[in-house]
Amino acid sequence: MREINVSEITAVVKTMSINANYYLGSDIKNQIVRSYCREPWPIAKDILSKILNNIDISQNENRPICQDTGMTCVFIEVGQDVHIVGGNIEDAINEGVRQGYLEGYLRKSVVRDPLDRVNTRDNTPAVINYTIVPGDKLKITVAPKGFGSENMSQIKMLKPADGIDGVKKFVIKVVEEAGPNPCPPIVVGVGIGGTFDRAALIAKKALIRPLTQRNENKLYRNLEQELLEKINTLGIGPQGFGGRATALAVNIETYPTHIAGLPVAVNISCHVTRHEEVEL
Amino acid sequence: MYKRITTPLIEEKVKSLNVGDSVLISGIIYTARDAAHKRLVELLNKGRDLPIDVRNAIIYYVGPTPAKPGQPIGSAGPTTSYRMDPYAPSLLDIGLKGMIGKGSRSQKVIESIKKNRAVYFGAIGGAAALMGKCIKKAEIIAYKDLGSEAIRKLKVEELPALVVIDSKGNNLYEIGQNEYLKRN
Repeated sequence: MREINVSEITAVVKTMSINANYYLGSDIKNQIVRSYCREPWPIAKDILSKILNNIDISQNENRPICQDTGMTCVFIEVGQDVHIVGGNIEDAINEGVRQGYLEGYLRKSVVRDPLDRVNTRDNTPAVINYTIVPGDKLKITVAPKGFGSENMSQIKMLKPADGIDGVKKFVIKVVEEAGPNPCPPIVVGVGIGGTFDRAALIAKKALIRPLTQRNENKLYRNLEQELLEKINTLGIGPQGFGGRATALAVNIETYPTHIAGLPVAVNISCHVTRHEEVEL
Repeated sequence: MYKRITTPLIEEKVKSLNVGDSVLISGIIYTARDAAHKRLVELLNKGRDLPIDVRNAIIYYVGPTPAKPGQPIGSAGPTTSYRMDPYAPSLLDIGLKGMIGKGSRSQKVIESIKKNRAVYFGAIGGAAALMGKCIKKAEIIAYKDLGSEAIRKLKVEELPALVVIDSKGNNLYEIGQNEYLKRN
């Protein structure tokens, strides 16, 4: 049994909330640079260079990369041998978000109720997902999610007969319908299988996988590559004004599913795809 | 290469802008997004006065991050414009001439832009630190309770944007993508 005090959790969530919003992951930045180098369309190239400039300004002059500092998604892997002490873990996570968004001068973008829409003024509550794993570590991922791209996400319950072609068709359709709205170049998280909710969850988890990492299964690795190439022939381009660089990556995650089902969730993220992780 | 525009955005200036033009906007602009637009249009529907004069004005669809000490404003890139589509025609009808945002507009909004001889500018989504630097002064002038979504009066200097929909209804999203696909 290993004890972890909730105060440690609050502290790392606070730091990660701030860092995620000021320092873009190197895998994302490198892919934007690659896209810039490969971009044949002048207006698209200019936009990508301004995006890269913005990343530098943000890092060097201490300004958040994007004003939509997101609703905070938190993924926690709790080792079975961990005993969390000193308070309630959910409260501790939310306190970390609260402190991070206050001290980091981040925007408070959460409303207490979807219909009455009164701002909670501290960016809580976070959307937290817990997994129990073997061992005595606690791994926390903080992923602020902007809603320009979130709003362009879709989920569909395909039928088994739709097969891989049905999956490809749906992913492309979602990207086409999103067009300029999610701030291309985008990262596309695809969840295939599970149940209605599991497909969506794994699509979001796909977004926090480093862009340098492909799916381990050959079928899905090839599908990731094929979809990325296809998307980058659509011509939407950076910010939707035309060009090659519509997507930086397509990440696919899968889960076993029912004999009658083929759920497919497409979670869109923008070029400011943010996540930080820490292991306690 | 850049057309320099200074507010107020009178009709003559609007007519000189063509789809695809790169512009640098200086002067006074106002911020408003979902919640503020809802309140403004509710006032209009009740026949009441608005807290801002939209005639020949530009509204920037933005909810900025909080200003750090010594800064007028935090990061301030555009939010997605289609969410303001239900409200935009009402404001265009009473004299609003410019909107800055990002993303597509509905056919209804495009028709209203043409009818009212207005223009829709696109700013780069996600280039919020860069945009924030062009804002030299910011003050909340209405709906303080909305926090980041309050109506702010901004003094901007050379804020970069593209003419995405001009007053003739030409749409850079269509033109840009079609041009690219024709040649690639």
